[in-house]
Amino acid sequence: MERIQVVVCAGTGCTIGNSGELIEKFKEEIKHAGLENEISVKKTGCLGLCGVGPNVAVYPDNIIYKTVSVDDIKEIVTEHFLKGRPVQRKMLNDVKDGKVLDINHSSFYAKQKRIALNNCGVIDPENIEEYIAKDGYQALAKVLTSMSKQEVIDEVLASGLRGRGGGGFPAGKKWQFAHDQQEKQKYVICNADEGDPGAFMDRSILEGNPHSVIEAMAIAAYAIGANYGYIYIRAEYPIAVQRLEVAIDQAREHGLLGDDIFGSGFDFDLEIRLGAGAFVCGEETALIRSIEGHRGMPQPKPPFPAVSGVWGKPTIINNVETYANIAQIILKGSAWFASIGTPASTGTKVFALGGKIKNTGLVEVPMGTTLREVIYDIGGGCPNGKEFKAVQTGGPSGGCLTKEHLDTPIGFDELLSLGSMMGSGGMIVLDEDNCMVDVARFYLDFIVDESCGKCTPCRIGTKRLYELLESITKGEGTQETIDELLNLSQVIKDTSLCGLGQTAPNPVLSTLRLFADEYQAHIEDKKCPAGVCKELLSYIIDPELCRKCGLCAKQCPVGAISGELGKTAFVIDQEKCIKCGQCVKACHFKAIERR
Amino acid sequence: MEKIKVKINNREYLANPGQTILDVARENNIHIPTLCHLKDLTGTGSCRVCQVEIKGMNKLVASCVYPVADGMEIKTNSKKALDARKQILELIVSNHSKDCLSCIRNTNCELQRLCQETGVREDAYAGAKTTPTFDDVAPGIVRDTSKCILCGRCVAACQKMQGIGILGFQNRGFKTKIGPVYDRSFADVNCIQCGQCINVCPVGALYEKEEIHYVIDALDDPDKYVVVQTAPAVRASLGEEFSMPIGTRVTGKMVSALKLMGFDRVYDTNFGADLTIMEEANEFINRVKNGGVLPQITSCSPGWVNYCEMEYPELLDNLSTCKSPHMMLGAMIKSRFADINNIPKEKIVTVSIMPCTAKKGEARREENLVDGVQDIDYVLTTRELGKLIKMYGIDFKALEDEKYDQDLFGEYTGAAVIFGVSGGVMEAALRTAKDVLEDGDFQQLEYTQVRGEHGLKEASIEIAGTVINVAVAHSMKLAKPLLEDIKNGVSKYHFIEIMGCPGGCVNGGGQSYVPAQIRNSNIDYMTLRAKALYAEDEAQPVRKSHLNTQIQALYKEFLKEPNSDVAHHYLHTHYHKKPRFK
Repeated sequence: MERIQVVVCAGTGCTIGNSGELIEKFKEEIKHAGLENEISVKKTGCLGLCGVGPNVAVYPDNIIYKTVSVDDIKEIVTEHFLKGRPVQRKMLNDVKDGKVLDINHSSFYAKQKRIALNNCGVIDPENIEEYIAKDGYQALAKVLTSMSKQEVIDEVLASGLRGRGGGGFPAGKKWQFAHDQQEKQKYVICNADEGDPGAFMDRSILEGNPHSVIEAMAIAAYAIGANYGYIYIRAEYPIAVQRLEVAIDQAREHGLLGDDIFGSGFDFDLEIRLGAGAFVCGEETALIRSIEGHRGMPQPKPPFPAVSGVWGKPTIINNVETYANIAQIILKGSAWFASIGTPASTGTKVFALGGKIKNTGLVEVPMGTTLREVIYDIGGGCPNGKEFKAVQTGGPSGGCLTKEHLDTPIGFDELLSLGSMMGSGGMIVLDEDNCMVDVARFYLDFIVDESCGKCTPCRIGTKRLYELLESITKGEGTQETIDELLNLSQVIKDTSLCGLGQTAPNPVLSTLRLFADEYQAHIEDKKCPAGVCKELLSYIIDPELCRKCGLCAKQCPVGAISGELGKTAFVIDQEKCIKCGQCVKACHFKAIERR
Repeated sequence: MEKIKVKINNREYLANPGQTILDVARENNIHIPTLCHLKDLTGTGSCRVCQVEIKGMNKLVASCVYPVADGMEIKTNSKKALDARKQILELIVSNHSKDCLSCIRNTNCELQRLCQETGVREDAYAGAKTTPTFDDVAPGIVRDTSKCILCGRCVAACQKMQGIGILGFQNRGFKTKIGPVYDRSFADVNCIQCGQCINVCPVGALYEKEEIHYVIDALDDPDKYVVVQTAPAVRASLGEEFSMPIGTRVTGKMVSALKLMGFDRVYDTNFGADLTIMEEANEFINRVKNGGVLPQITSCSPGWVNYCEMEYPELLDNLSTCKSPHMMLGAMIKSRFADINNIPKEKIVTVSIMPCTAKKGEARREENLVDGVQDIDYVLTTRELGKLIKMYGIDFKALEDEKYDQDLFGEYTGAAVIFGVSGGVMEAALRTAKDVLEDGDFQQLEYTQVRGEHGLKEASIEIAGTVINVAVAHSMKLAKPLLEDIKNGVSKYHFIEIMGCPGGCVNGGGQSYVPAQIRNSNIDYMTLRAKALYAEDEAQPVRKSHLNTQIQALYKEFLKEPNSDVAHHYLHTHYHKKPRFK
């Protein structure tokens, strides 16, 4: 009888951490211990705490081991599996009063609720039987055998599910538009062209639970009257692509894709289209152009894809995470889903926590959870005792939120009203060492590269915005620069062709509004308070504190420091200094100050 | 369809559902500036110049692509819209090489005009510029991306008008560029050098490779004997260079100007056209009689010849072996004319004024050399001639009409002059073929079935008891299906005329720029130019090539008979399969 199940994360992060080898090693050690009939080992999807991967979960004990290496396995097998003493030093679980807490009650997981990430970390994503065992394809069966198209749409509408890709448009409405089109041929598309810097929830869903997306696409296709679908996924996600390929093949073999599914007369099949990694291809009209074999450049709307999409036919495009909710909405009912979250933002949302935060990884929380809960209770706050400064949400189209906003419940409209947005769920935490002008510059740099180049305001306007920001970080900015930033941002917002351009100035506007003093410090005092902008920094040796040891001069890569050993205090030539900071590290007496 | 009501600038107008705001505004004489928009060609909304404000919307919309809706209230001239337009142009200018004074489009640049219209007064944004590409390797067309504003009009022309698609966007963001694949030279890809991209370019990013200075040098050289000829289509467009109405026929003024400039002889390419008909009609008759390769396809258009060599090399035997008219005349000038006038051919410089950019390459083709010598030394476009006339300080509009030189090659027929329009070569050939085959002088002159500047034309004509199926295509897009049929052995045609440019030479890549305002209006500039040529045809006493007495004399005294060995030596050429990518 199977007593223990060992599941090893095989997501991208943990795979890079060599999790593939762990499976073999576990099997070897378990066999060595003679436990092969009691313990199974398999791979699974993302467990969430990517920052400390590779992660290994042990069921039914509900223990997760972190940063597991091949060398740890013997100990885990003999101590935990054989003797029943979990290896505490590798455990993610909290220990309270000497007692190991269940992982679901440990801080990282306690406030999470997994709907979209359901099955990730539980089943083997390459085994359809396991998905089916977890009620997989039951929603499709229910839809095809007992629900009308309109009933399906009504259920999705009633659930309040809003698009998880960025815009937050109600999914049911999109379906209804496409359903109402009097065209014979329609299409469903899954947008898996996840491009926001730092966001990887879609990848993880596809790596951990690919069938949930396939099933949902079939349901959507049935609802709008389509029988063909495309999954547009970036080629930089090789594991997700491979798992999808396996899943599609298996679904076909089981008759869950193809003709006459469940004997209902409904036909549906789909194919994978690989994107070449252009950020703009996440924009739906550009994505459609790309599927059609053209350069991915957005098209004017209207017409909207629901009216004229891929190959000129009515098309719905939903994001991976949106689809990942569908089957459960159908099975558990819209009322159940709507009861989670807030009235305007129902269900959960997956966030990719990154930046200056202890627990880097994927978290899924009910809408309405506060930023504070996510960042502190789940994320563990900023590491190294640094002070939290802001959190950037919504990627290049989003904005920043500060300490004052920490108790804001997370929801589409709440974030929008604060000048940021949900976006696809990137959450980059910034601490006192981050310069906000530099953060805005970073996002603009990304946009300047990723603009498709079609329309003037986005192609040239964002470059000029970038240059204005750069001039501020170099200490060349004036009050006029701020006016120009505001003015140009407005033009770009008002006149760009697609959402990418229209939202491109958001990081600038948001930081300008919330961190005006930092901009002023750069402009008026020619100082970067966070000490990031090199041109505004100077390293000075305090002659009182200098012990004339010359260690700093030895470390200086450009020979900018001079002095006589043991005789005179050393001095940094500001003309030569490249502000690398090596001297500060070298000085044992804290005699060098960064100003 | 039921009309809807919209308000533009507080006045109510009726519109059709689905119309764009721009269309409705234009119908009602409300001017909205545009840059990337060309009627029936681009609908991309990429430049964002045509911004207007809609009541109830925060953002502005691009009027060229935004459809009207019932009850919509539009402001085309709100301050917000005016400011946005100006700022968009300031951004465009900030990434545009600003050497306007020395730019080929100085004074007829659409960006210049828009900046003026919208009140751009300062260099609003300093900053980096996209690293440019300059390509002047190909014989006919120069690409300078430092001027390119990425409106995409050339991309659409190459793709939608010609069905070729050499040009495309490449790179992303600020590095975006338009050009042939991998930013290669036009010379290294399957560009046919038709120049339609030049005609739609609003700025100086695409232009012909100028040869003006060579011609000035030749005119200035006392040892050179400079002979110029002008193609039929040039006379229908050159007036536009001097602000004359489109379709003004300026034959006499043009001759007068060329003589004033000091050309030693001024001939009409029409003589060459008559000669071409003699050769090509007889070639066709021979092919029909002797079971040669059919359909025979005309070869006067070097753009089309380039296309055939690169895209349909298997059809090279279908191409007539005749050189194009100006090459034939050039060959005669450097042989017959040289002999009679006792001028060493090395001293003769032949110059062609052509409506075409591909002719520049044609003149240099190795296959066209006679005894190692080029028939034509320099080719100027209509636009270049306009500039040359201005340079020479000639008051073109005030000139009295003069006649072409009449010695040797001075006579021409109506059949020749219509070479400049699509269908003209076919019509001229039919006029001669009927007379020759039915041995008479028939009054059947006008074959209207093959006329018209838009769309494919076909006809079945009975000559000497045989039905001859003919087709006329202008643009590679129209030609392609015909060529596919031939390739697949299912073509029903005996004779096909193919011209590289839509509408034929009147709309050649070297003709006067037709600005966007005219292209977007209801003025059919191609038909206006074509009318000028048909009028000249009608005005000719002789309208059939074989009745040209100087042509008859040339055969009698020099060429012997059509398709003779002598004729082949001077007037015919051959073709090779050429790689699409070098």
